Amino acid sequence: MVSRTPLILLACGSFNPITNMHMRLFELARDHLQKTGRYQVIEGIMSPVNDDYRKKGLVSARHRIAMAKLALETSDWIRVDPWESEQETWTETVKVLRGAATNLRSGDPTYKSFDLAQLQLKHHYNESLRLLQSKKEFMKNKWPIERSTEDPLSYEHSVLPELKLLCGADFLQTFKTPNLWKEEHIKEIVEKFGLVCISRAGSDPAQYISESDLLTQFQHNIFLVKEWIQNEISATQIRYALCRGLSVKYLIPDSVISYIARHNIYTEESERENEGHLLQPLKLYNTTVNPLND
Amino acid sequence: MLLCDVFFSTGKYKVIKGIISPVGDAYKKKGLISANHRVTMAKLATKNSDWVEVDDWESSQSEWLETLKVLRYHHQKLLSPDPTNSLQNAIPLTKPGRKRKQEPNRHDPVKKKNQSPDIKSVPQVKLLCGSDMLESFGIPNLWKLEDITEIVENHGLVCISRAGNSVQKFIYESDILWRHKNNIHLVEEWITNDISSTKIRRALRRGQSIRYLVPDVVQAYIEKNNLYSPESEDRNAGVVLAPLQKHASDSKN
Repeated sequence: MVSRTPLILLACGSFNPITNMHMRLFELARDHLQKTGRYQVIEGIMSPVNDDYRKKGLVSARHRIAMAKLALETSDWIRVDPWESEQETWTETVKVLRGAATNLRSGDPTYKSFDLAQLQLKHHYNESLRLLQSKKEFMKNKWPIERSTEDPLSYEHSVLPELKLLCGADFLQTFKTPNLWKEEHIKEIVEKFGLVCISRAGSDPAQYISESDLLTQFQHNIFLVKEWIQNEISATQIRYALCRGLSVKYLIPDSVISYIARHNIYTEESERENEGHLLQPLKLYNTTVNPLND
Repeated sequence: MLLCDVFFSTGKYKVIKGIISPVGDAYKKKGLISANHRVTMAKLATKNSDWVEVDDWESSQSEWLETLKVLRYHHQKLLSPDPTNSLQNAIPLTKPGRKRKQEPNRHDPVKKKNQSPDIKSVPQVKLLCGSDMLESFGIPNLWKLEDITEIVENHGLVCISRAGNSVQKFIYESDILWRHKNNIHLVEEWITNDISSTKIRRALRRGQSIRYLVPDVVQAYIEKNNLYSPESEDRNAGVVLAPLQKHASDSKN
């Protein structure tokens, strides 16, 4: 009986707002990784970006977290983590991953500090460890036909969960955007963690990977998953629809629709938020311009 | 733009009801499971809609019924003095924006419409469909020409399709459709959301997740009743579709 490596999927993004497509990414990734026979996906984590990211139209993290929680209420394996959004400044993706991994490794609730001097990680990811122990019950019974019927906790004693970054193909392509990513961060992400990249039929991330030496070098750690059931619910289009009073029912959960209506979150005004501002990573990595020049 | 949004914003119509009418088992389509289940799932899915409902009249007939007959039935029902059907009971569309449902099994949804904002003139029942249904008018022996004519002439079509697809060309190439093109309302779907039932059934056979593609209650129902399997997909394999059967034997007479 081959023992499977336990795996946690982490998705970073704006989730502005969360849509059915975001949640679908998790389901697709899990199916795919389970099918490899090598992994047991034990948890999905959604990590909404900090307001300090300064993306145009980004509404307050408070709301984005609340909406994601509502949407994931009925999921028994995906949860929202507010840590990234609660920091004082924007956090590079690789640091979010590192923090999560460190806590898994050490199982130690004490704080760890990173390059961003004032940052301290809460021991929120310890929740993952606790969840690990309690997974026994539901994992044995939940999987239909193709899923593993082996003892899912055969890893329990020696293997720590792996952490992989879940994303769409468009995310992969942002690696090319000048000054958006540090080269060494991309390397660390694909080498130490790994990517699970969902793309729709018709787009070809494999091509993009082959065009990058770095990505090609670590392609064994980049899992490409094809979504055959086209479901391109972009959060941008959702926001446009909401601003225009059009229906988004059946595209995002009812509970999120109610929340948005109740708090009147998406408006023409909210869409103008951060207009003219540079994205935080671009600001940080653009060393020729005085960043205090606002 | 989304269906009801279009009509609401044109100011020409007030959409008062949406009806999903699942086809009867006698249709004999491959992979078609029992109408009982399909109606139940549709009802579960529309439970929290205040304007879209499921009608099981068509599915409870013992023989397959032409779409036109279903349209006629619902139109009659609207015109009848039956108090439970009175327009006073119809929920007026006060909020703009209701999207047509993406059902796990997409059958002939029909739409009831009024022609003016205050409900006094004769309501209409229009056939709501995707571009695939419209283009199926071209499949030999599937539709009777006189049925298509009556549908577009007396009732009307509302066809949802993705931007830039072939529907307009199809209408152009058909004399009948072209003649009544004012009664064919094309709605562009701005969000590509191609959740076909066929793909859903395929995913289920392969043990893949359909979560967030169908309503949770429907997914739970499917799981509980173990509805879709390789066996269920084989139902009616090799059987001729009812309309094809019917029109072939009609032409023999």
